[in-house]
Amino acid sequence: MAAADFSRLIAAAADTIAAHAEELTALDQAIGDGDHGLNMKRGFEAVRTEADAFAAKPLPEALKAVGTKLVMTVGGASGPLFGTLFMALGKELPAAPDRSGLAAALGKAIEAVAARGKSQVGQKTMLDVLQPVYEALTQGKTASEIADAADQAAEATVPMKALRGRASFLGERSIGHMDAGARSTALLVRAVAETVEGI
Amino acid sequence: MSNVGIVIVSHSPLVAEGTADMVRQMVGDEVPLAWCGGNGHGGLGTSVEAIMGAIDKAWSDAGVAILVDLGGAETNSEMAVEMIGEPRSHRIVVCNAPIVEGAVMAATESSGGASLKEVVATAHELSPS
Repeated sequence: MAAADFSRLIAAAADTIAAHAEELTALDQAIGDGDHGLNMKRGFEAVRTEADAFAAKPLPEALKAVGTKLVMTVGGASGPLFGTLFMALGKELPAAPDRSGLAAALGKAIEAVAARGKSQVGQKTMLDVLQPVYEALTQGKTASEIADAADQAAEATVPMKALRGRASFLGERSIGHMDAGARSTALLVRAVAETVEGI
Repeated sequence: MSNVGIVIVSHSPLVAEGTADMVRQMVGDEVPLAWCGGNGHGGLGTSVEAIMGAIDKAWSDAGVAILVDLGGAETNSEMAVEMIGEPRSHRIVVCNAPIVEGAVMAATESSGGASLKEVVATAHELSPS
């Protein structure tokens, strides 16, 4: 991937998080501790500041650098979770991945996020978006179909009962709200899908 | 120092510092001790960078036991241990124990020269299984 393309991906990710920060915070206030939007925005703005330096690295190193930056700047549990996603992608991806290489790396990255959060699919978390995205990727779906699958998956967390994270303390009361981490994951997937489509 | 180090990680700097005060008063100065709390930006939360700093500060060749409060503190502590990497990461354990009681009991065990394994086991006894 060309450095300019990676810079565009970072800008698209940071833009969508910034544009939806208040919405993410509102989702988190309903069933979490209400800092998700602000935390994610802080992290992705920090990544944006160093976008050119990161983009100059080979793709695996660039992704690891993004992940490390998120870990160090997001604050809250989202930092290690989203950081692990990017760090694991960087670890697993070849320098010039094709679709199957990307899918395989995402599969491994999902396992790493699940291990970090001691969670699994169906517990009202970001994994509930990542897994359908992985499946859409392996099924050969187009970028826009993958983005739609991510949105639908985030929507599908609404009726779920939270079993991990602070929302789990609410038990049944967590039902009826979309998970903030699932929403931000879907936003990132759409940003990446739309950027990749334009490259 | 050869006693196991104790690190206290809370979402709140006040809780972390208060817990450290209790350890100091009840156990004394023979145990390397460090605390951190807050997201590093003035709010509640935990910071991987601050946790790595606290581990450095409380570092002992006998190892370090970390006591945490809520889930995010645990996740961030595990991340910090991973980023510190081998070989030191093998001598750092995030304890499954209540933060205040765990810190005091772990430090008490450590002050007597117990191993990391013994210190962690003492803290874990406090957890409902």
